[in-house]
Amino acid sequence: MVLELRNVSKHYKLGDTLIKALDEVSLGVDENEFIAIMGPSGSGKSTFLQVASMLAEPTSGEILLKGTDVTQFDEKQRAKLRNKEIGFVFQQFNLLARTTAIDNVALPLLYAGYSSSYRTKQATEMLHMVGLGDRLQNTPAQLSGGQQQRVAIARALVNDPTIIFADEPTGNLDSKSGEDIKNLLIKLNNNGKTIIMVTHEEDVAEIAKRQIVFKDGHVLSDSGTKKAPKQKQKK
Amino acid sequence: MSLVIRALKKHQNKNRKNNMNFSSIFTIALKAIMLNKARSFLTMLGVIIGVGSVVLLTSIGTGLQAYVSDQFASLGVNTLYVVPGNPFGEGGGFGGEQSVIESTRPILRRRQFNKVIRDNRSVIKDGAVTGIGIADAAYGTVTKRVTLYGVTPSYATVRNTKAETGRWYTDAEDSKAERAVVLGPGIAEELFGDIDPVNKRVQLNGQAYTVLGVLEEKGGGFGGPSFDDYVYIPLETLFKHFDTELIDSFVFEVRDKDDIPAAITAIEDTMLTELEEDEFTVFDQSDLLETINSILGVLTAGLGGIAAISLVVGGIGIMNIMLVSVTERTREIGLRKALGATPRLILLQFLIEASLLSVIGGLIGLLIAYLGSLAIQPYFPARVTMEAVMLAFGVSTAVGLVFGVAPARRAAKLSPIEALRYE
Repeated sequence: MVLELRNVSKHYKLGDTLIKALDEVSLGVDENEFIAIMGPSGSGKSTFLQVASMLAEPTSGEILLKGTDVTQFDEKQRAKLRNKEIGFVFQQFNLLARTTAIDNVALPLLYAGYSSSYRTKQATEMLHMVGLGDRLQNTPAQLSGGQQQRVAIARALVNDPTIIFADEPTGNLDSKSGEDIKNLLIKLNNNGKTIIMVTHEEDVAEIAKRQIVFKDGHVLSDSGTKKAPKQKQKK
Repeated sequence: MSLVIRALKKHQNKNRKNNMNFSSIFTIALKAIMLNKARSFLTMLGVIIGVGSVVLLTSIGTGLQAYVSDQFASLGVNTLYVVPGNPFGEGGGFGGEQSVIESTRPILRRRQFNKVIRDNRSVIKDGAVTGIGIADAAYGTVTKRVTLYGVTPSYATVRNTKAETGRWYTDAEDSKAERAVVLGPGIAEELFGDIDPVNKRVQLNGQAYTVLGVLEEKGGGFGGPSFDDYVYIPLETLFKHFDTELIDSFVFEVRDKDDIPAAITAIEDTMLTELEEDEFTVFDQSDLLETINSILGVLTAGLGGIAAISLVVGGIGIMNIMLVSVTERTREIGLRKALGATPRLILLQFLIEASLLSVIGGLIGLLIAYLGSLAIQPYFPARVTMEAVMLAFGVSTAVGLVFGVAPARRAAKLSPIEALRYE
């Protein structure tokens, strides 16, 4: 398993009331899985993504990444872990404004400490892979929504992470661009990438191999649990 | 072979890892400044004005010091003085009451002067004896109370005080105590106005004295009237007709500047054969210069200190804008953190940004101060020193760092989730 959550809870205090955004969730993710996380708003799916991607600390429980317990990591260690092991694709793209596509894609490599020539080479390669080889020097303002999201995907891939987390990757796109992004994600998964995607759109969730539905901080249903032993047998 | 190359490349990359970060962060910070040129410039303005005024004001102060030193040099760097008592007093300073009290008792004698000149020809070129008196001077309807400066004729060469018109009196005129005077240009103008005083007769306490010459303008005169306002009179004439026997000082001209310490020792040794150690003082221009320079130094520091207040205001301006910038770029900070920026790197980024604003502002301020000092140089002796430049540069960097810490810490502490959610 590349990622394992054991009895993970995340509680917020909102005024005087305690909100259990995640309540004793246990979940395992194998290599090369493509998981869609679904559920109504407030179900805990976003909190799950934040906690599983090392952006937020759980209130209790354990998180194991590639077998290592990372629950107690401090902010510095978590930052380095996110940099090396996690790729992010956001609904809002979250590209740096007035910064070229190539510099946006190279950003994780910069924090990994790679030389400028290596960063340029890798970022160029990634942009070619997502079909933006001719847009290297364009800034986000000069790109369409779909193109921006492809830059974001290139950025998520550039450090060759263990898992890619995508938060409503098609939520801000028209249907044509949405299709492109869906196809790109399928292609990445076919090439061996592990993807965990939060979405509330049924047709987007369908491209994933495993669907997990959250409700009130619990896992309501998990289609893929049957698949898991099958994959284990493969090993 | 290719494996080796790959291993080497990997090794290279690993090696670059540590020192790459700082220059990369530096580039990020510089980019952020360039993205907001107008705002960055306005933020720098405080530091520009602060550094500019500190450097300009201190340059005026140091220029003034240099000017005073030059003026002293023109009075003669090779000159040594012997005066009764200790004119520098207990707590420094010069002139003052003590020297007046001391000088009411005759201590310095003509024979001591002659002995010094005779015994130390190897280091002392020449010398003059001076005495002071007061008289009412009158020409026509103008009457003035003047200081009579009784000096031996060698004073002209020893103090490099030439006659602009007419001539100095001679040794013979001095020893015969002739009724002759040479006027400083100040008093000459006051008494005679536009009339040429040479060969005119001026009344001193009712007696007529012939004006032999008028001196060049000299300026100066520390802790007393200007040399230009003295009436120079043969020493013997002063002693004979003005009811005084007091020698005010000996002035010696040393052969070479480097001989000054040797000459001071020699004079002291000779004088000590007749006088006690505390009855006289030998000093040169540098003692006076030191006192004046220390006063000007305090003045310069004071001016610089006042200007430094504007530097602090500039620093607060930087802090203000950086705080705004951190709030404005909350999402960017969140993203950077999500992608692997550690809190330390975020801190560094904003700290460098604040310092850069301050340092660039400091450099512009420095340039303006330099141009400003060039502009006022025709009217005022301004001098930009390396020390002032280093100080301004150091202080502006420090201002950026100090006032950048609070915003940078705020940025570093942001939680990545909160930051990403920020609209």
